[in-house]
Amino acid sequence: MKPNPRPAATVLLALAAAVLATSCKPKSIIQKVESGTAEKVYVAPGRKDEMYNFVSGGFSGNVAVYGLPSGRLFRQIPVFSAHTESGWGYSEETKAMLETSQGYEPWDDQHHLALSQTKGEHDGRWVFANANNTPRVARISTETFRTEEILEVPNSSGNHSSPFITENSEYIVAGTRFAYPLDDEGANPDVPISSFKENFKSVFSMISVAPETGRMKVAFQIIVPGIDMDLARAGKGKSHGWMFFSCYNSELAHTLLEVNASQKDKDFIGAINWKKCEEYIKAGKGRKSRNKHLHHVWNEEIQTTESTVEEEVVMLDPAELPGILYFMPCPKSPHGCDTDPTGSYIVGSGKLAALIPVFSFDKIQATIAAKDYEGDFHGIPVLKYESVLHGEVKKPGLGPLHTEFDGKGFAYTSMFVTSEIVKWNIETLQVVDRSPTFYSVGHMTIAGGSTAKPHGKYAIAYNKITKDRYLPTGPELTQSAQLYDISGDKIKLLLDFPTVGEPHYAEAIPADLIAPRSRKIYKLEENKHPHATKSEKDVKVLREGNVVHVYMTAIRSHLAPDNIEGIKVGDEVYFHVTNLEQDWDVPHGFAIKGGRTSELLIMPGETVTLKWTPKRVGISPFYCTDFCSALHQEMQGYARVSPADSDVPIRYGIGDTAPK
Amino acid sequence: MKTKTIIHLVIGSAAVLLLGQCNKPVSDAAASDSADGAALGGQSAVSDDVSQKDIVKVAGGSPAHTTLVAAVKAAELVDVLSNAGPFTVFAPTNEAFDKLPKGTVETLLKPENKDKLADILQYHVLIGGYPEDKFTDGRTIGTASGGSVKISLKDGKVIINDSAAIIGTVTASNGLVHVVDAVLLPPQ
Repeated sequence: MKPNPRPAATVLLALAAAVLATSCKPKSIIQKVESGTAEKVYVAPGRKDEMYNFVSGGFSGNVAVYGLPSGRLFRQIPVFSAHTESGWGYSEETKAMLETSQGYEPWDDQHHLALSQTKGEHDGRWVFANANNTPRVARISTETFRTEEILEVPNSSGNHSSPFITENSEYIVAGTRFAYPLDDEGANPDVPISSFKENFKSVFSMISVAPETGRMKVAFQIIVPGIDMDLARAGKGKSHGWMFFSCYNSELAHTLLEVNASQKDKDFIGAINWKKCEEYIKAGKGRKSRNKHLHHVWNEEIQTTESTVEEEVVMLDPAELPGILYFMPCPKSPHGCDTDPTGSYIVGSGKLAALIPVFSFDKIQATIAAKDYEGDFHGIPVLKYESVLHGEVKKPGLGPLHTEFDGKGFAYTSMFVTSEIVKWNIETLQVVDRSPTFYSVGHMTIAGGSTAKPHGKYAIAYNKITKDRYLPTGPELTQSAQLYDISGDKIKLLLDFPTVGEPHYAEAIPADLIAPRSRKIYKLEENKHPHATKSEKDVKVLREGNVVHVYMTAIRSHLAPDNIEGIKVGDEVYFHVTNLEQDWDVPHGFAIKGGRTSELLIMPGETVTLKWTPKRVGISPFYCTDFCSALHQEMQGYARVSPADSDVPIRYGIGDTAPK
Repeated sequence: MKTKTIIHLVIGSAAVLLLGQCNKPVSDAAASDSADGAALGGQSAVSDDVSQKDIVKVAGGSPAHTTLVAAVKAAELVDVLSNAGPFTVFAPTNEAFDKLPKGTVETLLKPENKDKLADILQYHVLIGGYPEDKFTDGRTIGTASGGSVKISLKDGKVIINDSAAIIGTVTASNGLVHVVDAVLLPPQ
């Protein structure tokens, strides 16, 4: 018999209405702010912001640059995702940057950034970025705001725990999120998923950074049991030489991790003694793993990507080499793993925990010396929790994720579930202030908050869900950041501002560490691009079989040549366009009808190449796509495409020399 | 099955009413009210009549959970349970609260006992989505309060801490509400 819901429902509805009537008090999501707040974020026209905020782009694959305190977006720097706006990944010079050992990857998921450091402080030279999906790391120049280098990380998948940096930029790191059967040559990656516990491993890579050039190399890899590595932070000061990382899934689950990787009360913070690793390598204790991985470096002289195939990496097995890796129990699937400015304390943030454990570096050392172990995890010693603990922040909020530091003895932790930022005293572990974020906050940063000398003043929350916070834009709303003033005792919300992609970790740095070195032009006389055309006199069109090279120049307000004939269907045409301008902020663009690729954006003094394979007989106009001058609209030309079997000769020119 | 069907219906119907009554968008006028000191809403104040109901709205629409809803408000957990989650909430019915010693609920609802109440309520919240069939006999699961609950399976029923049985389940946008017939008390 089916229950007849009607009579019951009628009664219940009445009841519900009564309940609701009493509970309906409209609330506002509008924050009350102190008067004078607007002035704190208002940067008057013509004035410049105080800081740069480099923000990871998440699924945009790229990095965005904002000004603080205004929150104004200045630039998207293409890194791991092809970018039609700039031609990144489309021009002949940059295509190779997105090549991997498995081919061209036009997209990635960019999560975390690390600004280069000297003696634990920001030095403003480079920004490092990770790619989560197809493991890679990148180095961005802060002179040109361009990606200068991309290195593939072998034996890894899900490069999440990356690129966190050591205090003199000796290394950035790359920890595996998705354990998997290592794919070095000789290994057998074709195994059943159910053999996870036997066959799946994780790897923590230490990637060296050359002091002068910033060139990266996978220096060595540490084999770790098949846990999911999440985030990491280098030691500093007294703990320099150590690297700490968080991990979850010590259950070694391979399905429904939501349920299966939350079974244990504690997972781990890993502590790596990388100086000890260096000693082992020097002593020849590493095992060579043959594993192809691609390395791309931007050669500024020839303005082209130079690619090399690296063949091997050195691996260290901590189960065989004592003293390089220890685990510290950390409650409930830790996410954040952050070292304070003095390097004395390591903060683990268990995202399912109701407390924040703070570990003491001195106690870690004493515990290691005393071999005060709880046991081991797959051959790796597990230090006794109570022995390494400085203390716990009790009931800080729900869902602690990330902690940053203000350099005045306080830590700030973002809380996803209770949507707030919580300020607490590192020594006493007492919560001293909290401020709601309204959104579900993910990462947060304090300017310089990951370094030995935080710049302080601002904290920024990066948020995941912004329901009802901005004008609606359909089912997907903008991601966002929130700026807080942390200069006083109380945290004060100053500003909400939208971001591109999904912001994960970000760093903020005073503008004077970067702005004075910012590049204005590329000097034409230093342009050694093999297809550069440094004067309009030298423009030419050359046929080599079915390949046609167009040596073109761009200057206000014409392209040369602008009339081209003799191209045939099926030809491979290369437009090598040199921007002859030597003037700041005057790029020219180039696009051709039916190009089936992105535009080019060519900086002053630079040469960039667009490849075109015309498919149709006829006239294809081309033009400058970047508004450059009063006669930008006149900056256009025609390419004539003739049938494959035609005998139209190559002819080109401008003005009197143009084909008649 | 019968119990579950009724719960679904009740909540479904009540939700319709709830929308009519409660989810009026916050107008500019309301905004200036806020500046005058009206309650500042977090994610629970989001104006959305269309999406699937979250846990707070589901509970708010259930006449069988008025005590729980009052407690969630008193403990200021409304915004928390409107968060993306996912959560699994063990939702004791009014009858379950009535089984507590007389005066217990009234005492807990007093402002000075807010933290204690929050602790008890958070003990009813798991972070993560646990459908009934993912509970295995003997498993302990950490709750948002920090304490753990023990799961057992008896006669096809899921029992928490040997005391509370799941008597129905409602799916919410940000997790699951398992209706239980007893209040869980966190270990002291």
